[in-house]
Amino acid sequence: MGGPLDRRMILAEVKPAARPLSPHLQIYRWSWTMAMSIAHRVTGTGLYLGTVLIAAWLVAAASGPAAYDAAQAVAGSIIGLLVLFLYSFALLHHMVGGLRHFIWDMGHGFDPQTRTNLAKYSVFVSGGLTLLVWIAALALR
Amino acid sequence: MQSNSSMRTPLGRVRGLGSAKSGTGHFWLQRVTAVSNLILAIIFVFVVISLVGKPYPAAVATLGNPFIAILALLFILSACVHMRLGMQVVIEDYVHTEGLKILAVIANTFFAIAIGAASAFAVLKLSFGG
Ligand code: HEM
Ligand code: HEM
Repeated sequence: MGGPLDRRMILAEVKPAARPLSPHLQIYRWSWTMAMSIAHRVTGTGLYLGTVLIAAWLVAAASGPAAYDAAQAVAGSIIGLLVLFLYSFALLHHMVGGLRHFIWDMGHGFDPQTRTNLAKYSVFVSGGLTLLVWIAALALR
Repeated sequence: MQSNSSMRTPLGRVRGLGSAKSGTGHFWLQRVTAVSNLILAIIFVFVVISLVGKPYPAAVATLGNPFIAILALLFILSACVHMRLGMQVVIEDYVHTEGLKILAVIANTFFAIAIGAASAFAVLKLSFGG
């Protein structure tokens, strides 16, 4: 509202403006794409934290038979198996979610029907793959 | 951060800069390591299946096999770079206090390098024995 000599009218306006904020989780209606976007972040973070266990297992294997057998006992306990199952599912879900990102990165799969289907199928594909892996592991044991 | 006067428009000041000040490089390396993770993760799902129920000497023989060890080292590198980049994005999305954010991003880097170093050392020890 200044006169023509107000420098704000000549130079760029840099005051922090009161911009509208985007709403977050509690506002949106749940959708498959939103749920799978969240799942990608959650599984990525889970995989990240779980690398501590993988590194510990590798170090145990490198430390000798006693440490290895101890690590195997932990991995083979009920809790150990549960964690391993969840970790394998997280890995495969994140992997399938990553494939979805690759499809998008190539410029495909953005229309509403396709993106919903991609999200929906990624649960079933990764869930199926996880079961296959465990069946194979138990059968070949 | 916010200066009171500038010759540059807000758009001009941020153009080409992501929140990490090098947006596309980060994005691209995240994709490249996602591709290598994809290939290597599939291989290691099979390696792990083959290890289930094996006694110690057989497990060491598998993990110490030069072929598998090299692939394991590549996976460790690829996964640690990828997870560091990915977690940095998560941190930048949620931690807005400047000092805390910098600390978290540094801790993230240290974590990825520590995990990578411990894992790589273990694989090398399994291969070279001793
Ligand atoms: C796990 C999947 C999630 C995804 C993919 C996600 C994604 C995002 C993204 C992209 C932003 C914007 C970041 C920015 O540009 O500033 C954001 C902000 C935010 N998220 Fe999430 N979010 C997730 C989960 C959550 C959860 C579980 C919570 C809380 C319980 C949460 C709380 C918030 C808050 C409070 C902000 C605003 C931060 C700010 O700008 O001050 N998010 N999220
Ligand atoms: C199996 C093959 C994998 C593929 C194909 C893959 C793919 C991807 C892609 C495309 C992204 C970027 C998503 C985005 O821009 O929003 C991403 C993010 C991420 N990835 Fe992976 N990834 C894989 C394995 C892993 C592994 C093994 C880890 C951890 C040890 C990991 C941890 C993360 C994390 C923490 C993020 C950030 C999540 C976020 O920003 O929401 N990924 N992954």
